[in-house]
Amino acid sequence: MSALESASRPAGDEDDLIPLSALQHYLFCPRQCALIHVERAWAENRFTAEGRVMHERTDRLHAESRRGVRTLTALPIRSSRLGVHGVADAVEIHAASGSDRPFPVDYKRGRPKEHRADEVQLCAQAMALEEMFGVQVPEGALFYGETRRRFPVAFDDPLRALTVRIAQEVRATIESGATPAPSYERRKCEACSLLDLCRPKVLSRRRDVASWLRASLEDEPPCEDT
Amino acid sequence: MRRHLNTLYVTTEGAYARKDGANVVVEVDDAERLRVPAHMIGGIVLFGRTSLSPALMGFCLEEGIAITHLSEHGRFLARVEGPVSGNVLLRRAQYRAAEDPEKAARITRSMVLAKTVNQRAVVRRTLRDHGGAMDDPSRASLEAAEARLSDIARRIERPAGVDGLRGLEGEASAVYFGVFDAFIRKADPFFRFEGRSRRPPLDPVNALLSFLYTLLTHDCRSALETVGLDPASGFLHALRPGRPSLALDLLEEFRPHLADRLALSLINRGQVGPSAFRRMDNGAVLLTEDGRKTVLVAWQERKKEELLHPFIEEKVSIGLLPHLQAQLLARHLRGDLDGYPPMIWK
Repeated sequence: MSALESASRPAGDEDDLIPLSALQHYLFCPRQCALIHVERAWAENRFTAEGRVMHERTDRLHAESRRGVRTLTALPIRSSRLGVHGVADAVEIHAASGSDRPFPVDYKRGRPKEHRADEVQLCAQAMALEEMFGVQVPEGALFYGETRRRFPVAFDDPLRALTVRIAQEVRATIESGATPAPSYERRKCEACSLLDLCRPKVLSRRRDVASWLRASLEDEPPCEDT
Repeated sequence: MRRHLNTLYVTTEGAYARKDGANVVVEVDDAERLRVPAHMIGGIVLFGRTSLSPALMGFCLEEGIAITHLSEHGRFLARVEGPVSGNVLLRRAQYRAAEDPEKAARITRSMVLAKTVNQRAVVRRTLRDHGGAMDDPSRASLEAAEARLSDIARRIERPAGVDGLRGLEGEASAVYFGVFDAFIRKADPFFRFEGRSRRPPLDPVNALLSFLYTLLTHDCRSALETVGLDPASGFLHALRPGRPSLALDLLEEFRPHLADRLALSLINRGQVGPSAFRRMDNGAVLLTEDGRKTVLVAWQERKKEELLHPFIEEKVSIGLLPHLQAQLLARHLRGDLDGYPPMIWK
C-alpha cells in the first residue's frame, strides 16, 4: 500500500469503492443517486443504456496516436483517496517535460450545464489518474456533443475540494442505505429518466397515507364506471 | 416505470416462441403464427405443451419480462427467473416489516380495507344498475350485504392485529360471496353460483374466477419482482413454502374489480356460454381452450382501459395498476410513505 493510500484511504476495501458515475448522479439529484445506487431501481436498464451509449462512443474512438498524443479509451481507473472507481472515456497522454502527462477528456452528449457535475466527475478522474500514474494532472477537457466544442477544465484547489466533499457525501448516502426525500423541480424532474419511479410530485405532497385513506372512504360519490 | 406492456399468452398446443432479431415470433408446426416487437411485451404466459427458445428466455430475463408456465387448464406450474436482482435493502425492510406486528398490521389493514370497500362497490353497483329490476328478496339481500360490508369496513379501521384482520377479511368475503349469485343477471341455471370452490372449481362461475385470479396473480407477482420485493413474503397471507404470499396480498384489492366484475360481465353479456366450459367426471369444471381465449382477449382489453389513480392522481392503464401498487408498497417499506395507499375504486 502506498503512502498516499494509507494516509487518505477511506474505510473498507475495493468492494467499497463507489462508482464514479454516482458523483454525477448525486450532483444532479441526491435522490436520483440513491434510487440508482442504493435501491438499484432499474439500475440494470439504466446501466445497460449508459453502457451502450458509451460503447458506441468508444467504438468511434479507437486508441490512436496523432501529433504525438496517444489516446487511451475506456480506461479503467480508481482513486483510493476518493474511494471511487470507474472508466474514463478517453485519456490523452501529453508529452510533458520529464514525463508523460495524462489528460482526461469526457464526452457528453448534451451541452454545458449550470451545475458542476461534469467538472466534478472529470476532476475525480484526474485525481484517480494522478494516483495511478504518479504525476500531476492539472488539466482536462469536456467535449459536448450538442455544441461540438471542447471546454478545458483546470483542476484547481476549489474544484478538488468540491470533488472530495461530494465523494464523501455520496459515500455517506450510499452507506446509509436511505433514500433522500423527493422534492419536485419541474425542469430537472421532467428530464429525469427515473421520474415515474421516483414520483416526486405525489410523494412530496402526500405524506399522511392514513388520512388520505380515511378521506377516500368518507367522500363516497356515486359509483363511477372504471 | 415500464410503459403499459402487453402480456403474450401462448395457448396453442405445440406452439414455440422464439426471438428473431427485435421480434418475438410464435410458431406452430413450423409455421409463423404471430410476430410482435419484443419491446412491446411485458410478460409471457405459456399454457400446456408450449415452449420458448433459450435466446428468448435470456432476453426476457434481462429485460425483466416475466415468464410463467401454466398447465393447459391454467394451473400454475413454474416461473422462469433470472439472477436475483433488485435491492437487498428493500427485501430486508420487507422481512423486518413482516416481523413487526404493528407494521404488518398497518399494511394488512390497508389491503383488507381496500378489498372490503371494493367488494362493497361491486354490491352498490349492482344495486344501482339492476336494483330496480330485482325482486324484493334479492334487493333486500344486497342491501343487507352492503350494510354489513360497511360495518366490517368500520371494524377494520379499528386497531387489530393481523389475525383479527384476517378474520374480518374472511367475514367480508363470506358476505360478498353470499350474495354473489345476485350479481349474475343470466337466468340460465348453468351459471348459478352456490359458493366459492377452488380446488377444483365445481361450477362455471368458479372456473372463471379461478382462471382470472391466476392471471392476476401472474401480473402481481411480476410487478412485485420488478420493484425488487420478494413475492413470497406476505403480510395478510401467512408464509407457506411455495406460496406467493405477497402476490396474493397484492391481489386482494384488485379481485373485485379486475377479476370478479370481468367474470360477471363475460357472463351477463353472454360472451361466455356453456360451450366455454367442460365438466370432468369428478365434478371439476374447467374452461375449454376457446373459453380461455375469450377470457384472455377480454382481460387484455380490460387492461388497456384507463382510470384516474386516486392516490397518484394520474391517468393510468388498468394493466399498470399492479406495478403502481407494488411501487407504492415498496416506497412505504423504504420509508418514503408513512403508509401503504391501496387501490380503491369509487
